[in-house]
Formats: sequence, structure tokens, C-alpha cells
Amino acid sequence: MNFQAVSAIYKFEMARFFRTLKQSFLSPVLSTSLYFVVFGTAIGSRMEAVGGVEYGAFIVPGLIMLSVMTQSIANASFGIYFPKFIGTIYELLSAPVNFLEIVVGYVGAAATKSLFIGLVILGTAHLFVDLNIDHPIAMMCFLVLTCLSFSLLGFIIGIWAGNFEQLNLVPMLVVTPLVFLGGSFYSISMLPPIWQTVTMFNPVVYLISGFRWAFFGQADVSIGVSLGAISLFTLACMAFIWWIFKTGWRIRS
Amino acid sequence: MSVIVSVQDVRKIYAGGFEALKGIHLEIQEGEIIALLGPNGAGKTTLISTICGISSVTSGKITVDGMDIGTDYRKVREMIGLVPQEISLEPFETVINSVRFSRGLFGKKKNEAYLDEVLKTLSLFDKKNSKVMTLSGGMKRRVLIAKALAHEPRVLFLDEPTAGVDVELRRDMWNTVTKLKREGVTIILTTHYIEEAEAIADRIAVINSGEILLVEDKDALMARMGKKKIRIELVTPAEAVPSQLADYSLVLSADGSALTYTYDTNSERTGITGLLNDLQAAGLQMRDVQTQQSSLEDIFVGLVQEGAK
Ligand SMILES: Nc1ncnc2c1ncn2[C@@H]1O[C@H](COP(=O)(O)OP(=O)(O)OP(=O)(O)O)[C@@H](O)[C@H]1O
Ligand SMILES: [Mg+2]
Repeated sequence: MNFQAVSAIYKFEMARFFRTLKQSFLSPVLSTSLYFVVFGTAIGSRMEAVGGVEYGAFIVPGLIMLSVMTQSIANASFGIYFPKFIGTIYELLSAPVNFLEIVVGYVGAAATKSLFIGLVILGTAHLFVDLNIDHPIAMMCFLVLTCLSFSLLGFIIGIWAGNFEQLNLVPMLVVTPLVFLGGSFYSISMLPPIWQTVTMFNPVVYLISGFRWAFFGQADVSIGVSLGAISLFTLACMAFIWWIFKTGWRIRS
Repeated sequence: MSVIVSVQDVRKIYAGGFEALKGIHLEIQEGEIIALLGPNGAGKTTLISTICGISSVTSGKITVDGMDIGTDYRKVREMIGLVPQEISLEPFETVINSVRFSRGLFGKKKNEAYLDEVLKTLSLFDKKNSKVMTLSGGMKRRVLIAKALAHEPRVLFLDEPTAGVDVELRRDMWNTVTKLKREGVTIILTTHYIEEAEAIADRIAVINSGEILLVEDKDALMARMGKKKIRIELVTPAEAVPSQLADYSLVLSADGSALTYTYDTNSERTGITGLLNDLQAAGLQMRDVQTQQSSLEDIFVGLVQEGAK
């Protein structure tokens, strides 16, 4: 393992983040606050508690997941797309590194950024609602795993994308709907039975459900299934990236 | 001298079906400077890209220091530095951070003193903490070179390192290259400036439409292919070449005031003595005689045209 290379990539990517630290920090704080004003206070005050949890608190895990997933994809896809776009990828391709080192560097940095944003949102949420987290360790595990797996997905999107439109296409067309329909703002049990079944095919449901369990001790699906689903998703992404570097798909002429 | 880079029967067919390299054979000696000359689209960049791992090879074998570039990619790539033809740099990062990144990426431990030294050699030291996007084109090209040197490579590929660089800087760069050669670095450079190859290369390879036309020692090449010309200025302009001088294939200048005689430096008899005698016999008086040696450029143009036939 070329640790020097991993740390060089990681630092270089984190520097990008620190150059825009204020924006990186401000936008999630602002958008979360807006969500709380609209859903938590204005609408939430007219909603009944979900499974004994006040609605304002109930949406916190979903809100964090929503941001963490979109941020992970955005960071990781941009992180690898940009070198392709400006041509600096030549250096990665000619360097004594294997796919794992490249992925750990880029995905690690992207995941770190979204983890940071997730924690900022959690902090912001604290200002609006009372929260106590039942299983803090499990909560962190889920958060980290989500950051990692969605950064892996973002990395794939960044390699696949041939232009900036495509870079935004997948997150907009696929990920945002899956996340919105994944139970961020409601419990699956609130849906009609047929939609409950359809929803089970949405991988995001398992993540949000597991994450919510870590907060409130209640979930739509069992915690084991949630963990299994996210692990499977991570492995699938890793396998795909391994194939990308083996074949040089979209990176090596 | 031993072979450091060996390219054997390498073919490259791009995804679209275009054959950019048609069975290239090339052996690069350790410690030499070899210049790859060839017109646009000849395959110079493609050849470099396949050796450096940016492009895959369709068939054939490439070894560096005896190691296969595929199976031993780590050891091979650690030895190689590449300055690409296109200026590709992260615009928002500082010069020093870009160079540090390159060093780390190639698995080398931190060494600020060495990096400072590299920046100084390339006259970039005062721009150390400037953002790349604030630099001029020539400076950016030097940042690319600094990045390629950051991990102390033994083999350096320079793909048109002096494109868009002014005359003075070009000389600086030649000095840097010859200094690297003295330190034992093998250098492969492509260029469109033939005087560049003439000035710094030990050997010249000419490539055209994916084929190597020739690889030869520069001095030997110039001697072998070198034609010399004699320009004879006449006191009184002649209207035509006198018929008794027809054997010499003389060329009369437009105004008739000078004759040019071309001869091969390698032939046993240059025919100059005979010519001078015959000139006098024909009643032509000479004002001045000058000799000119053909440049590599003439040789190169001749070769590529011949290859195109
Ligand atoms: N990615 C690619 N896909 C398809 N064809 C390519 C690709 N890259 C280069 N070519 C073709 O391969 C041929 C050789 O290109 P190459 O860049 O190696 O030339 P070159 O000798 O470096 O030329 P120049 O002096 O202009 O830099 C050209 O005809 C070019 O169009
Ligand atoms: Mg080229």
C-alpha cells in the first residue's frame, strides 16, 4: 500500500474543502434551519407525534441523511470528475498507485466532508428541537457508513460523467427521489400497504430506518436488515470501481 | 550503456479503430537525451502515453529497467516523470502544494529542501506560494516540469516542453535538461523545434504516421545525411550556367550573380577542385565563396517527404 499517495490525495482534496470552508459550513446550516422552520415548526406543530416521537425530532435523522447523501455524491463525483475535466488525471494514471489507493484517497476525503456536514446539521437541529440519541455509537456507525457508501457511488458517477450536465443528472433524477421517498419525512407505516411494498425496493429506506433506530430505538425495518443492506451497497460499489480500474473504463484511452 | 526503456513491436489502436502506433521498436539508452521528431499526429504523444501508463497498449511489450510496465507498474512508474503536452494543473492550488502532491503521489517521503531546489532551478521559487491560475503560460509549463521532477525520477519524458516558451526561457530549459542529464537522468523529449533537438539531443528518432522512420546518433545523422552547399558569387552576373559546367548541376540565382553547388560530405571526391578550375576555364570570375551545412530541419523534412511517397 502506497500510504504516501493516499495521504497526498486526501490532503489535496481536503484543501479544496478548506478553501471554501465558509460555504461548506453555511449552506447546510441555512438549509436545515429552513427545513425546521417549515416542517418542524409551521407544519410539525399540527402533526401528531410519530410512534411517540415529536414530529420535529422525528425528521432529524431523515434530514441529516438527505444532506449527507447528496453531499457525499456531490463531493465525490466532483472530486474525480474535475481532474478528468482539467486533464490532471494524467498524473493519477501515471503514478505508482492502484485503484484502492485512489479510491481511499478520494472517497475518504469526500466522506470526511459529508460527515462534517452531517455533524453540523445535527448540531443545528439541537438548536431547534430536544434530541436525545439512544444509541450514539450505532448512530455514528450508520452515519460514517452512509458517507462512505454514497461517496463511492459519487465516485462512480464522476468517472462515468462526460460533462457537467451528466454530473448533475444522476443525483437529480435518481438519488433525490429515492431519498425523498425513502422515509425522510414520514414513517413507512404511514403509507398505504401497496406503497409499503414498493418502498421496500428503495435502498435508502433501510439507511434512514436504521439511522432513525439509532436515535429513537424504533425502525421501519429491523436493524440487522439495515446493516446488511448498506454493507451490500458498499460492496457493490467497490466491486464496480475495481472493474472500472481494471478495464480503464472512461479513464484510460 | 544499458537499455533503460525498451519498446518492442508496440501497436496502439484507439477505441475508434484508428491505428496510432504501427509496431514501434525503440530502445532508449540509460543516461541519454533522445529527441522524438515528427509532424503533428505522428504518434509521439501516444507513444509516451503508452510507456507512462496513460494509454493501454493494444499489443507488444514495454519494459523499463528490465521490468514490464504492466506487471511491475509500481516500480516502473516510481522511476518515471512525465511532463504532458497539454498544460493540466489544478488552478486553485498553490505551486508548492501541487508539487508536494506529486511527490506524495509517487510514494516519496516529504523533502522540502529538495522541492525548493527544484523550484529554484526552474526559476519558480518566488512563485512558490502563488496560486497556479495566477501564473503565465510559460510559468505553468515549468510547474509541470517541477511536478514531474518532484519524485526524483530516473527517466523523464518531456512532451514538447518548450512549446509557447520564449527564447530566453527555452535556453534556460535546455540548461536544466542538460544538467539533469549530468545527474544521470534519461530524457526523452518531443519537439517541433529542430534546433532544440540539434542543441541538446544525443540521438534522434523520427516518427511519422505511427512508424519509426529512423533512430540515429545525432552527429552521425548529420554527417551521413549532411549535404554541404557552396555558394559562389560572381563578379559579373551570368545569364545561364555555361554548358561545359553542366555536370556539376549548378543552380544559378535569380539575378545571375551567384551559383550554388551541392555536394555530399561523405563522398570520396567532393569535386570542388575540379569545379573551381572549370569555372575559371569558363571565364567566370569569383567574388566570394561560402559554404553552408544543411540543418537537421532539412534532413527531417526530406525524410518525412520520402516516407510519404
Ligand atoms: N484518444 C484518442 N482517440 C482516438 N485517436 C487519437 C486519440 N489520441 C490521439 N489520437 C490520434 O492518434 C494520432 C497520433 O496522435 P498523437 O497525439 O500521438 O500525435 P503527436 O505526434 O503527439 O502530434 P502533435 O505533434 O500534434 O502533438 C493522431 O492521428 C490522433 O488523432
Ligand atoms: Mg503530441
